[in-house]
Parts: sequence; structure tokens; C-alpha cells
Amino acid sequence: MAPALLALQTVAELFPNGISRYAIGGLFVGLGAAAIYAGTAINAGASTFLESTLSFVSDRQRFAQYVRSRDWRLVFTLGIVLGAAVYAVVFQGGAWTTDVAPWRLLVGGVFVGVGTRVGKGCTSGHGVCGVGSASKTSLAGVLAFLLTAILTAQVVAALGVTP
Amino acid sequence: MSAAAGDGQRHPLFMPLILVGGLIFGFGLGYSHMARPEVVLDFLQFEDFGLLFVMFGGAMVTGLAYVVVPRLFDRAPLTGDGFDRRLKRFDRNVLIGGGIFGVGWGLSGICPGAGYASLGVGNLPILWAIGGMFIGAYAQGVWRSRTAQSDATPTSAD
Repeated sequence: MAPALLALQTVAELFPNGISRYAIGGLFVGLGAAAIYAGTAINAGASTFLESTLSFVSDRQRFAQYVRSRDWRLVFTLGIVLGAAVYAVVFQGGAWTTDVAPWRLLVGGVFVGVGTRVGKGCTSGHGVCGVGSASKTSLAGVLAFLLTAILTAQVVAALGVTP
Repeated sequence: MSAAAGDGQRHPLFMPLILVGGLIFGFGLGYSHMARPEVVLDFLQFEDFGLLFVMFGGAMVTGLAYVVVPRLFDRAPLTGDGFDRRLKRFDRNVLIGGGIFGVGWGLSGICPGAGYASLGVGNLPILWAIGGMFIGAYAQGVWRSRTAQSDATPTSAD
């Protein structure tokens, strides 16, 4: 009895909000990527949208390679925004706004923008599609960003920045 | 390259599938609460490990698709592309870029896909992060173009 209770308590501490919202949400994320893969053989990643959209306003050769895919990447991103909006309307009952300071969002965003392009992928390309295909490159990428992200978040929190 | 890249005529259902796939993907990001930077930061600070289920739940479904789909079709119905695994090459940049990405993710609590979804749940301040991502991707592109140019032979610099 006591060990069972202890185990339950530990689970409750590790997952204070339960796991169903995360697991169900994750299944939908995978389902969206899998549907696109099944029809098109494309591994859907969210971060290439940044470069492909920059090709609309910049002629740099680095972005020009995405000219031919920029229209569907725009549609994919639009779908993500709309899908999340459907969630917000149906389950959230209106808009939700973050309390994380704008400077953290902006500076963090710059690092994310540089890192995902240098590292050839982000949480969806490496994390969901890459790990799903057991790509060693993606597993290495995920491990690298998980470690530095944990370190960064812990240091920032220890410095007393909230949120 | 291929129909997926935009050569020639696309299948009329190509764009609709991309849109529907994006819708499901974005709905999942909203439902999982990953579109909220606070939830990601709680995970990274070891206060709620639930986020693991988003990534691995998603990877389980795509993993299943990678096994099942190539047995159902020879080629992708809407693009005619093969399902061969075109793995990204591993090099130092994967670790360096991953490390830089992680610093940004740990600081802001947001990644590209979740950022777009965050806009969808009505979180307008996330535009700071999306703007930052564009700045970062642009800076990296400019820098990369420069290195590529200085590496290229004079004849190709037309």
C-alpha cells in the first residue's frame, strides 16, 4: 500500500497537469505530419518556413533555394495558426496571452532562428519527424538542444527572472 | 527537383492536404499547451515532464507512418516522389546549431511551430519571438551566403 501511494505521489509530482493533454496533443501533431508525409513524401518541418518566406523579400542565394517550396510552406504555417485557433475557440474559450517578458521572446527568438538554420531542423523536423524515422542526426540534434535548453532555462530561473 | 518543390503541375489536392495537415498539427500544438512558453519553461525547469509525451507521442505516430506508408504506396500519391529515407547528413553543425537553438528555446520557451500555433491561440506578444526568429534566420542566411561566396570560384560569381 505505502509503496503504491508513494509511486502515485511521485507521478503526480512529475506530471502535475496529468499526461492526457500532452499525449493527445502529441498524437495530433504526429498525425498532421504523417498525413502530409503519406500524401507527398514530405517531412514537414516548421522552421524552413522562416527562410522560404524570407525569399519573398530577399534575393540572397541562401533563401533562393526555397523559392519553389515557399508557397506550400506558407500554407502549412497558415494551417498551424488556424488549427491552434480552432483549439482556442473550442477548448480555450478565447485568447490566451503569455507573461514571459518580451525581451526573452525576442532574444530567444533570434537564437532559435540562427540555431535551427545552422542545425538543419527544429523541434518538429528533428524532434517529431527525425526521431520518428530514427535518424541518428536528428537524435543528436534533439539531445544537443534539450541539454542547452534545460541549462539555459535553469540558469535564467536561478538568476531570478520570472517569468 | 520534384513536384513537391513546385516543378510543373501540382496535384489539385496537394495544397488542400498541406493545409489540413497543418491544421491538425497546429490543433495538436494548441491542445498539448506547447504553444504556451510557460509550459515549455516548466518542463525545462523540471516542474512538469508532460511535454515529453508531446514529442514522443508525435514521433510514435510519424514513426508508424514511416513504416506503414511505404508498404501501401510505391510513390506518394500527390507528388509521385519516392518514400526513400533522405536522411540529413550529420556534421558538427547539427550539434552547434542544436546548441544555439536550445539556448533560444530555454530563454524564450518557444520554438518555430509552437510559435505559429501560439499566434493562433491569441497570444499576440509571441510576435516578438517570431520576429526574432526571422531576424536570426536572416542573419544566418546573410552570413552563410557570404561564406559561400568567398568559397566560390570567380567564374560562378555571375
